[in-house]
Amino acid sequence: MVSAVTLEPSNGGIVELRHIVVKYAVAVALRDVTHDVARGEWLGLIGANGAGKTTLLKAVARLIDYEGQISVDARETSELTRREFARLVAYVPQKPEFPPEMRAIDYVALGRVPHLGYFGAEGPHDRLRCGELLERLGLAVMAERHLATLSGGELQRLVLARALAQEAPVLLLDEPTSALDLGRRVEALELVDELRLERELTVISAMHDLSLAAQFADRLALLAAGAIVAVGTPAEVLVEDVLDLHFGTKVRILRTDDGELVVVPRRTNPKGHHA
Amino acid sequence: MSVVSTGATGSTERPTGTSLESATAPVSASIPLLVTSIGLVAVVLISTAIGPADVPIGTVFEVLLSHVPFVHVHTSVFSQAIVWDVRLPRVVLGGLVGSMLAAGGASYQGVFRNPLADPYLLGVAAGAGLGATITIVANAGSTALLPMAAFIGGIAAVTLTYFVGAKFGGRSSGTSVVLAGVAVAAIFTAAQTFLQQQHAQDLQSVYSWILGSLSGATWSDVWLILPYVVLSTAVLLAHRRLLDVLRLGEEEATSLGIHPQRVRLVVVIAATLGTAAAVSVSGLIGFVGIIVPHLVRLTTNASYRVVLPVSIVGGAAFLILADLVAHTVAAPAEVPLGVITAMVGGPFFIFVLRSRRAQRGVL
Repeated sequence: MVSAVTLEPSNGGIVELRHIVVKYAVAVALRDVTHDVARGEWLGLIGANGAGKTTLLKAVARLIDYEGQISVDARETSELTRREFARLVAYVPQKPEFPPEMRAIDYVALGRVPHLGYFGAEGPHDRLRCGELLERLGLAVMAERHLATLSGGELQRLVLARALAQEAPVLLLDEPTSALDLGRRVEALELVDELRLERELTVISAMHDLSLAAQFADRLALLAAGAIVAVGTPAEVLVEDVLDLHFGTKVRILRTDDGELVVVPRRTNPKGHHA
Repeated sequence: MSVVSTGATGSTERPTGTSLESATAPVSASIPLLVTSIGLVAVVLISTAIGPADVPIGTVFEVLLSHVPFVHVHTSVFSQAIVWDVRLPRVVLGGLVGSMLAAGGASYQGVFRNPLADPYLLGVAAGAGLGATITIVANAGSTALLPMAAFIGGIAAVTLTYFVGAKFGGRSSGTSVVLAGVAVAAIFTAAQTFLQQQHAQDLQSVYSWILGSLSGATWSDVWLILPYVVLSTAVLLAHRRLLDVLRLGEEEATSLGIHPQRVRLVVVIAATLGTAAAVSVSGLIGFVGIIVPHLVRLTTNASYRVVLPVSIVGGAAFLILADLVAHTVAAPAEVPLGVITAMVGGPFFIFVLRSRRAQRGVL
């Protein structure tokens, strides 16, 4: 669905990856990944465990060393200071830390750190932004509650609020819904989608649930052994033979009446026939 | 800010704009700071008034006022000598040492994200102990060089710890530095114990230094450590917001534009320098750096915006009070200060640990 990309720096959120290679001590985690993400696009990273989804996100987030070039809005990210970079790219890890005794509003306020000086403190403007975000994400009533008293779904929204407080055009999410139940999963992803459209965010997320990935992402990139082996719209990437090969199991892909793709994993030995 | 909501979920939506303003105010240290400051003033006055010779509180005020420029108050030579020359330097020194140990403890706990971290963690105490022991053993009697030797020993031990930890440790973890601290402390302590056994005649003075004491404190001791303590606590206070960012862990702090390692290094250097200066004049007073910050966390808030300033004031009050007990409880004999901080602090700490806040996992 996304085609024409205007390369205007003021647009914000264009991510270009060129020949990204990440080597760990004993293995190559990413080999020559090249891909462009358009402004406002949601790119879903899918693939088996260890395929390189998290590694790719961390490389884009500048949390690990990589070879190659990554640019946001035609600015080479490795040349930016950490503070400048944090105003361009917000990152939500798979398992964020939630200090139990921290108030929700103070947690969100940490997202303003890239906009403050080394010894600076938040001003009324920063606090207003955080308050607005809590309102927007339906968390205003729990602004003064401690994180230990919040539910998994509330914490998920809170970490989104913190990332949005960075006011960065690019949002990186590592398995944003892995800790949530079915209903909360859809809720969280719908929220990300709404915010993306409201604020024209570029979203790159690693996703485990392929059916949900198909429903939310504009494009999917299938990673296997550190390389992108398929990329395109969900319908282009979610092909039974391809998934069978790269996930090492049999899947069936169904299409609902609404045209949604559903990926169903299938057990390899029939019920009642144990080897 | 300190009122704990016990989990009642408000079901009604907060009206936009009204109480949001109060909710979005940053955590404030003003009320706990006010309470501990009042406590500190009270403890200072009581400590200055109590002693072998009774001095009325009114006279204490008069002596204090007589040292304010352009204020002329008549005081007796006797009360001047007792209050200004004997008791006040001891109280002020106790306050400085207590502030420094508490602030150092709070900062170490933040930097290493470990509730048991204290200013002695990286070997300051063992190094200072070795330095002090060498001085005592080498020229029995004269202790003029002792603070300097203890200071150098403490800094040397921590430098070694950092070198070892950074050389062999992982890139992004404080754990290797902490483990290196354990090893360095063990080596320095072994050397110190060996020296001490070889010079059994000095055992008494070595031990009395190690257990900590403020007796015989003078204004020159105060001037000796004041610059270090002021500089160190100023640096630590300036980092209180960044210590809150570090509570999110390495990756998230990095993605918020912080250099966790740089922050950690600056904070550790500041805390160590101040601590080495403090113990060089007071000896190894244990427990203050652990108990005071945790008391603040358990009774007020775990944000370093609150923990650091309140620990600085509370640490001063705590140590002055402990020293008062140390030289009055068995008068005319002095009980080592380290014994008091542990005997008074320990049970109180256990009592606080039983609280609901502690059980919810504040630490």
